[in-house]
Formats: sequence, C-alpha cells, structure tokens
Amino acid sequence: MSETLETANGEVWPYPVRYGQVKKFESDVVILGGGIAGVWAAIGAARQGAKVVLVEKSVTARSGAGGAGCDHWQWAADNPCSSVGPEELTQALIDNQGGYRNGISTYIQCASAYQALLEMEQMGGKVRDVDDEFKGAPFRDEATKLLFAYDYDARFVLRVWGNDYKPLLRKECRRLGVKIVDRVSVTGLLTKDGQAGAQVIGATGVNTRTGEFNLFKAGAVISCMSRPQRNWTFSSEMRGVSTFRPPTNVGNGHAMAWRAGAEFTMMEKSMRSPFASPYSYPSYGVGNAINTWFACNVVDANGKEIPWVDCNGEVITEFDKRYRPAKGQKFFIMGGGSSSHPHPGLKEHAGPKLIPDLAERMQNGEFVPPFYADLTSMPDHERRVIWGLNVGEEGKTRIPILQTYSEAGFDPEQDMLQTYDFLRGSGMREPVTPQERTFGEQGICGGMVVDWDLMSTLPGLFGAGDLIYGSQDHSHAAATGRYVGRRAALFAVAQENAHFSQDQIEAEMERVYAPLGNSIENGNPAMDWKELNAALCRVMQNYCSEPKNAELLGLAETWLDDIAENEAHKMVADNPHKLMRALDVLDILTCDRMIVHACKARKASNTHLHFNRLDYPEMDPPEWHKWITIRSDGEGNGAKVGEMPIAPWGDFESNYQDRIS
Amino acid sequence: MQIKNSQVLRTPNAPTPGRPVLFDPDICTGCNICVHFCMEDIFLPAPEKGELPQILYPEECWYCGNCVDDCPEPGAIALNHPLMQRVRWKRKATGEHFRVR
Repeated sequence: MSETLETANGEVWPYPVRYGQVKKFESDVVILGGGIAGVWAAIGAARQGAKVVLVEKSVTARSGAGGAGCDHWQWAADNPCSSVGPEELTQALIDNQGGYRNGISTYIQCASAYQALLEMEQMGGKVRDVDDEFKGAPFRDEATKLLFAYDYDARFVLRVWGNDYKPLLRKECRRLGVKIVDRVSVTGLLTKDGQAGAQVIGATGVNTRTGEFNLFKAGAVISCMSRPQRNWTFSSEMRGVSTFRPPTNVGNGHAMAWRAGAEFTMMEKSMRSPFASPYSYPSYGVGNAINTWFACNVVDANGKEIPWVDCNGEVITEFDKRYRPAKGQKFFIMGGGSSSHPHPGLKEHAGPKLIPDLAERMQNGEFVPPFYADLTSMPDHERRVIWGLNVGEEGKTRIPILQTYSEAGFDPEQDMLQTYDFLRGSGMREPVTPQERTFGEQGICGGMVVDWDLMSTLPGLFGAGDLIYGSQDHSHAAATGRYVGRRAALFAVAQENAHFSQDQIEAEMERVYAPLGNSIENGNPAMDWKELNAALCRVMQNYCSEPKNAELLGLAETWLDDIAENEAHKMVADNPHKLMRALDVLDILTCDRMIVHACKARKASNTHLHFNRLDYPEMDPPEWHKWITIRSDGEGNGAKVGEMPIAPWGDFESNYQDRIS
Repeated sequence: MQIKNSQVLRTPNAPTPGRPVLFDPDICTGCNICVHFCMEDIFLPAPEKGELPQILYPEECWYCGNCVDDCPEPGAIALNHPLMQRVRWKRKATGEHFRVR
C-alpha cells in the first residue's frame, strides 16, 4: 500500500503509512501496556535475565494513569515505620470492601510496596524528605525522613515525590535492555493453534501513527493494560480535564483477554462517579477534604468551619486528631469523605470525615454555601504538604493545578479554593445522573481472574496492575508488576517454541483494518467513533445503570447487539490515529457485553458491588457472598458463568513466600 | 457599518474544548518534544523547524500537562483549561473572587 496518505483537507499525513505491512518481534516475555504495572513488570522480568519486549499504545516515558505523577504510596505495610503488618492490613482492606477485593494482589502490595519504593529510590526517584522541607512535622519520621499520610500513628501510606517516577522507570527499562515499542495499540492475543481458551503465545498490534501491523511472539505474555472506561460516560465536549484516568484507557486488555477465553470476575460492579463525571472539574483541583486534600479545613461562605467527626461520630475538637485513630480504634484507612461517599467501608476502619449531616444543617441555615477549602488556616507544614507536594506530585496536578492556578494568582496563604462537590451539602454532589457512572475510572473494579503467579486461567497469560480483578493504586501496579515480571520470566524459560496460527493472524488483520474500508457517503449510515461511543453509553445509561432487573439487562443486550450489527461494523476511520480510536470503541462494546453478562449472572443485590436488582431486592443474601465469574462461550457473544468462594487465596504469607524465595 | 475581517468561509464547527494548549510562537522552536510526550497523540509535528506543532485532535486532550512539563523552552506552551471548568477561589481577607484564567 501507499506510504503516504492525504487527509480530507488535502494535507499529507506526516507519518509514513504502512497499512498491511507486518513487523515481527520475538522475546521471552512480552508486556502489553507500558503504564506503571508494565514498566515494573519489564524491569522484574529483565532482572531475571529474560529478553523483554514492552508494547505501549502511547509513550512509555509518560503514559498510563500514573505517568504524570504519584503522591501517595499506598499500603506499604513493609516499611519500617508501619505499626500494622502486611497480613493484618490486607485483611482490613478486604474487609473494608465487604470481601470484594483481591487478596492475592493486595497482599503482594502490602508485603512489597516499600521494597519497590526503595528500588525507585535507587533509580533516582525522591522518596524521602532529604531536603528537610518538613522537618519537625508530625507526619515525618525524623530517622528515615519518610513522610506519611492519613493515619500518622499507623504510618503505612507514604507521601512521595512521584512526578518523575515514570521517566525514571523507562530509563531503567532501557538500561536493562528492554525493547520498548511505543505508539502500538495491542489489538488481540494469539493462542496455540489459534484456539480460544488455549495457551497464549503472543499478541498483535497496530501502530497508531503508521498503521503497521505488529506480531509479538513470546514464551510468556503479561497484560498490564488498564480498565474499561467510557462505558456510561463519554462526551468529548465535557471530559478531558475532569477525566480521572487517561482517555487512552478503555479496557483493551479486558476485551482481548475475554476474546481469548480468559476468566473474569466482579464485572457487575459499577458505581456513581460524580468526581470524574462530565460535569466535574479538574481532578484534585477543587476545594475538598479527601485524598490528596486530606484533612483540609472546609469553611462556609461566612468563614465558619465545618466540623469533623471520628468513626464513633464524636466531633473532633483538636486538629491533630484528624490524623489519629479514634478512641478504641487500632488504625484507620483514608478518610475525609462525607456520609454518602461511594465506598461504604467498615466503621472499624473509617477515618475522620466532615460531619455526615452537612446537607441538612445547610438547609437549616447553620452553614451557608458555597463552601471553601481553607488552606490559609491550616498549620504551615500541612498547608505546604497539601499545596506543593500532594498537589504537585499527584496524578496530573503539577502543571494543570499547581502551575496553572499559581500563575492565575492562587495563593494558599491567602486564598480559599471553592468546593464544587459540596455545593448541595453532600460530598456526592447529589443528585447524580445515570450518565455519571463508571466501571473503572476510580475505585476497585472487576478484571481478569489470576492465581498466586498472577497467571490467568489461560496458560502463558499473566496480568498485573489494574487489569486484574479487585484491585487499584499506583503502588499496587508497581508491586504486582515487579512480582509478575519474575513469575512470567520463570514460566517462559520452560516453554517450547510455539507456532502462530496463520488463520488467527489473518482474521485479526481483517478485523483491525475493517474501519479503513468504510466511508461516509450519502445514503449510508456510517459514522465515526465518537458517535458510536456516545450511543453505547446511552444503552448502558438506560438499561444497565441503577436499578437493574432482568428486563432492563435483556434490553441492554438487545441494543448492544443491534448497534454491533448495524453501526459498529460500519464505523469509519481514515487515518491510523482514528483507526486506534475506532478499535477502542469496539473494545468498549466488548467490555459492555462483559458487564451485562456479569450483571445478569448475579441474581442478588449487593451493597459493596453497588449492585441493585429490583427483581432480587434482598441486600447481601449470604448464599450470594461469592465471586461470580464469566468467560466467553467461544461461540459468538455468549458467556459461561461460574463462581469462586469469597476468599479463594488460602494463606497469604506461605503462598507469597513460596513464590519469592 | 464596516465589518472587519469579514472573509466568509465555508468551515465546519470546531470541536470543543478546542484549544487545550496555547503556543507562544515567539518562544516555541518547533522541536516537537511535546508531540513526542503527548499521551493522547493530539498533535501533528511541526512540519519545519521554527513552525508550531498542529493540534489536530484538541477534544482528546487529558490536560495532563506533560507537554508543558517536558518542554525545554519555558513559556513556549501553556495549558488552557476549558472555560466551563475553570475553578474559582475567594481571598479570605478581602472577600474578592478570582478564577483560573
């Protein structure tokens, strides 16, 4: 095919065009997705001596949900200052989610996040207050100079300077000889003899600038792609700045592992998402009291302070107690939210928060909106750590918030940042519309079932980070990536040379390039990817939101099938970039189907999965306290349903030790 | 009545938000480092040294700021938040209200 491409307005596409040309890569281990989990997996495998190829849809130096920064290194129970051990913290985190959290990967996180952080320090990352900026602060350990967040007694969450971690991790990959292939969107997994459900031996990809087709062959495949997004919410006019995880993350990894036959669980969980909604504001960029802003003073329009309460509902009168466990409480997990915070959590582990009846007291006139986060009245070290370290190092805050607001004149010593979440007195900014719902943009969500090797139900296919079920966090991605790299490298050594199925490759090429053959002409209902994405969201908003029943879920399936048949295969792409977006939307459609299958399979309402079935109204019946699993039936769009006991992981420590020693 | 710049063009509507980043043509050297680091690949490279990169897909911007963070020429590129999402604040001592510009 031609090496050049003219765009609609007659300008030449600036990259060479290589549609249909095939490039092959061969390695011991191939890593699909170069976010935080992916680069750590590459490092873990390369340190075992494996030949590693890493494929990234975007640019490894900065890509992924953690590429722009990280301020909290969560659940590092292996750090020398933690008063809580890995096993106890893992169990507390699981219990806090009502059991619906991945015990395997959470234990790996709790037992090795600090070890990973020390390696980050070796690579040049700043992990402690070496410049003594916070000397004497109650969140600093003077001996190690480590900084902590939330519970200053328990000390298992660290504050870190993560803005440049990603470029440093890429540098380490290069130093170890990892072959990095950027701007290639992985499209599918290749299996032994091309059979669904067989051993995974490679993957296919398409270059997002040239359209070149890539084949990756390896003894072990580690999928490190992120979670489904844009299933309920898509609006190019109102997103972007308020999107929590990058728009690149659409669940490609979920979709292709599903097509290959891997088992998934927890796919029925989705939740209201006002923080990352199209009507929201820049992430971490509004006045609030949670997460990066914990535990900031919040005041009303007249400067009257909103009180804080502890887990017993007692009003906290001393400022320092916002960072300490309540009377009789051993330790707390995060905090700062209000009564309707999306995670129900356990009272036993609840952190201090703003008064839960703020909305009512606002109605009664006791507090006058709007409310503001008042950094001016915070102790100096708390103000400087929130505005400067947390806002500055976290996610995408360095430029969009710290620099942009500062240049516009915001001064944390004089100014109070308006809260928008609390405009109506509730942290959830009620009412939340069906559009403001998410599967994977935030919180713990569903994903691929893995064992203690972090291997899926398909031999040769491993997972780490957000791809695996019941997990989240930057440090989780780092710890599980680091761990799975070693496990996959050991697996790869024992594999014999496998052969690709030419039929499987040709079928995938046909699927991948199909949008290029479509065009928008008179009398033809073809459309671009954006309208299709929005239409799929409308199906999910109407038929798979809150509440659910069999009739609604059946209609969701009907209309997804209808759109698949009538519009999706007519989607148009006229350059490699739009081809990537079109393929993303086809993967979103696959993820939608997975979600609907899982919702149909769980015939019981469940508090912790935010799952409300009108036809099964009893909340949390004990016989349904288990994981529902789904996998493709291999014949079209159906699913095979199974289940796992709620705690299938056995003993944490012995399983973990067996695999790291 | 005289209308200035009254050239009549047959153009489609631009996507919104349409200007996620602003280049300063006096500072930008057209080195294309921002194009390299853009996660969402919203740019096309500057065709010549000294020209500006083209923002081809503005509505796909995540506003991560990596283009600004990794730019070797301070001031060459600035984030430009969508008008409907520019956050407000209040100066405590004076009660004056401000917003992101």
